[in-house]
Amino acid sequence: MSTIRYRFIAPAPMLAQRRPAAPPARGELVACHECDLLQRLQPFSGDSVQRCARCRALLLRYRVDGAQRSLAWALTGVMLFLITNAFPIVTLELQGIRNNSTLAGTVLSLWHEGLPIVAGVVAITTICVPGIMLAAMLYLLLPLNRGVLPAGSIGLLRALAAMRPWGMVEVFLLGVLVALVKLTHFASVIPGTALWSLGALVIALAAMSASFHADEVWRRIGIQPLKP
Amino acid sequence: MTAAHYRLANCHSCGLLSRLEGDGAHCPRCGAHLHLRKPASIARTWAYLIAAMILYIPANALPIMITGSILGEQRDTILSGVVFLWSSGSWPLALLVFFASIMVPMLKMIALTLLLISVQCRSRWQPLQRLKLYRLVEFVGRWSMLDIYVVAILAALVQIQSLATVTAGPGAVAFAAVVVLTMLSAMSFDPRLIWDPLNDATPEPATPEPATPEPREPRASPDALPR
Repeated sequence: MSTIRYRFIAPAPMLAQRRPAAPPARGELVACHECDLLQRLQPFSGDSVQRCARCRALLLRYRVDGAQRSLAWALTGVMLFLITNAFPIVTLELQGIRNNSTLAGTVLSLWHEGLPIVAGVVAITTICVPGIMLAAMLYLLLPLNRGVLPAGSIGLLRALAAMRPWGMVEVFLLGVLVALVKLTHFASVIPGTALWSLGALVIALAAMSASFHADEVWRRIGIQPLKP
Repeated sequence: MTAAHYRLANCHSCGLLSRLEGDGAHCPRCGAHLHLRKPASIARTWAYLIAAMILYIPANALPIMITGSILGEQRDTILSGVVFLWSSGSWPLALLVFFASIMVPMLKMIALTLLLISVQCRSRWQPLQRLKLYRLVEFVGRWSMLDIYVVAILAALVQIQSLATVTAGPGAVAFAAVVVLTMLSAMSFDPRLIWDPLNDATPEPATPEPATPEPREPRASPDALPR
């Protein structure tokens, strides 16, 4: 089997207008990714949400300003992510003794207790994946909003899709709240700066993912299999 | 009409629809391997699911959290943690943890077993309901991680010498593994398999319905398709 090489096709006319990728062509053929029904997309201009005729799975979601929105949320997210990692989440006070914990401190204490696997899972789902996702989004969206497709977009888009289910900041936030309620029975707890920024980070990450449509970026990557 | 009927495959990575020719075909846009269905979907889903079922036993039997204080050492499993929350009066929290840590993993494993068996029997029963069940399993899976995070924070925070110390127990390892394995199991299941028996059973219409597209020109630009 011959290998196919690819090259990017810069969407030149669109660059001048500084617009996101053009909406898909009229009547484009798509297959539902959940039930495999073959169907044509409805023609549209402007924002559009299209669902499968048989199973109502999302076929296409298109927003004219999707890339700008997700960039704004990604920038917000980066700042909140840095604050969340720099400050303590909670401070515990019991008989004059104070003890606080940061996000990294949580991981480290699990590590020292001899549970490296659990420490790894917590580190990956709350620090690594959100951090890498934010960095990847900035790398992708900053040039994209100026009409340039950054190098390595294919690998990055794939990595983003693979990472997305493993970022669990919102579950972690709920976990912190449950832990706080458990602790109030025997000690006084003081919510730290990072707890508030964590709450905001959850919103920023959700909004960033919701307004980012990988499909739009994929459309900019032209199809041109080179002849072997 | 399904895409597989015309040997058209959705790229699992970038979503481009292209014609599948021979084995080992690659997506013309992103270079990913093309498959009509996720490869070995049923076997992989079973493998992760059975591993999760086995680990579910130590996850519930072993202590997930060990609390040491002047009064002695207390070993808490997931269920005794819920009971503690309930008896200490915070019943909304007890319900939350009960749902996230006990109900969700168990229902998830039951649901995946049901989906797998129905697919293997080539069942044509309620495909839309089964698809909705799958979507629910995918959506709700991550929330089981809740108890792991609670223990992690408590273990980091409650380290006050001689008064109280909290350490995570071996049950936490098993429970984290159950959550990760059930998530992997749900990811490797291909929901299109639910619909396949239906598609095979419907007789091919003599003339295509107006909604069904012509297989001749699968894209706006035919050049886009790989030869």
